[in-house]
Amino acid sequence: MTAIVNVFLKEGVLDPQGKAAHHALDSLGFEGVSDVRIGKQIVIKLDTDDKSKAEAEVKEMCETLLANTVIEDYTIEIV
Amino acid sequence: MKVAVLRFPGTNCEFDTQYAFEKLGHTTKLVWHEEMTLPEDIDLVVVPGGFSYGDYLRSGSIARFSPVMKAVSKYANDGGKVLGICNGFQILTEAGLLPGALKRNNNLHFISKHQNLCVINNDNAFLNQCEAGEVLNIPIAHADGNYYIDDEGFKKLEENGQILLRYSDENGNPVVVNGSVTSIAGVCNENKNVFGLMPHPERALEAILGSEDGIRMLKGFEA
Repeated sequence: MTAIVNVFLKEGVLDPQGKAAHHALDSLGFEGVSDVRIGKQIVIKLDTDDKSKAEAEVKEMCETLLANTVIEDYTIEIV
Repeated sequence: MKVAVLRFPGTNCEFDTQYAFEKLGHTTKLVWHEEMTLPEDIDLVVVPGGFSYGDYLRSGSIARFSPVMKAVSKYANDGGKVLGICNGFQILTEAGLLPGALKRNNNLHFISKHQNLCVINNDNAFLNQCEAGEVLNIPIAHADGNYYIDDEGFKKLEENGQILLRYSDENGNPVVVNGSVTSIAGVCNENKNVFGLMPHPERALEAILGSEDGIRMLKGFEA
């Protein structure tokens, strides 16, 4: 199984990278962009076939290492 | 005083830190990150600056799981004094020994320069040689020094006198350097035995380098 983890800065925590990209898009003439957030995607290959087990395990990985929950939120998708 | 200076793969300020404490007349010992224990009879643990594990995931996030950090946590929880400088500050927040987190600088630049700092609280081992409101000149060199803490956490910091230093102008007025919440440059834990700051006091010990203001910071631990 594969877990796709997306990690983003929490809403309300300023994302300097997203802001810089937003400015760049503005100056390139792309109109109507109201916000840009940049995060990271972590793809984890797992040996198990048990979806709920995989999900629980990846959640623990996120809480322990992959995300800093003081400033970041994460989502997990098992495919 | 006996000072233990930690060393991770990617640490690059361990010798400056050693030099600083030895210049002040203390004995130092470098401790490799794989050690399970700290040397006996130490008075201070310093987590120095650098790029532990290349800062690959987040600054300090991998170093905080090194075997030696378990011993540091125990030492800190038993009341031992711990100082984290720059990457060391990031490691201590990742380890949960200090509140908050360090984000990428708002301007996304690596900032390396001399910087004025205002002493906010001096009722602690680290800054007891300094006056509250005093302005110090200490170099900074970081990309992830943007201190973040939520409103509730910030209130606690303020009430407990845990805000140690703010980036300031030469008159002590806060200035925005990297986007830190209220220009915070350094904090301590609630028990005031764990300290962290982004600036490098160990690089400000000689007039020829532009400042000797780091001496009083590091001397504070002698008392």
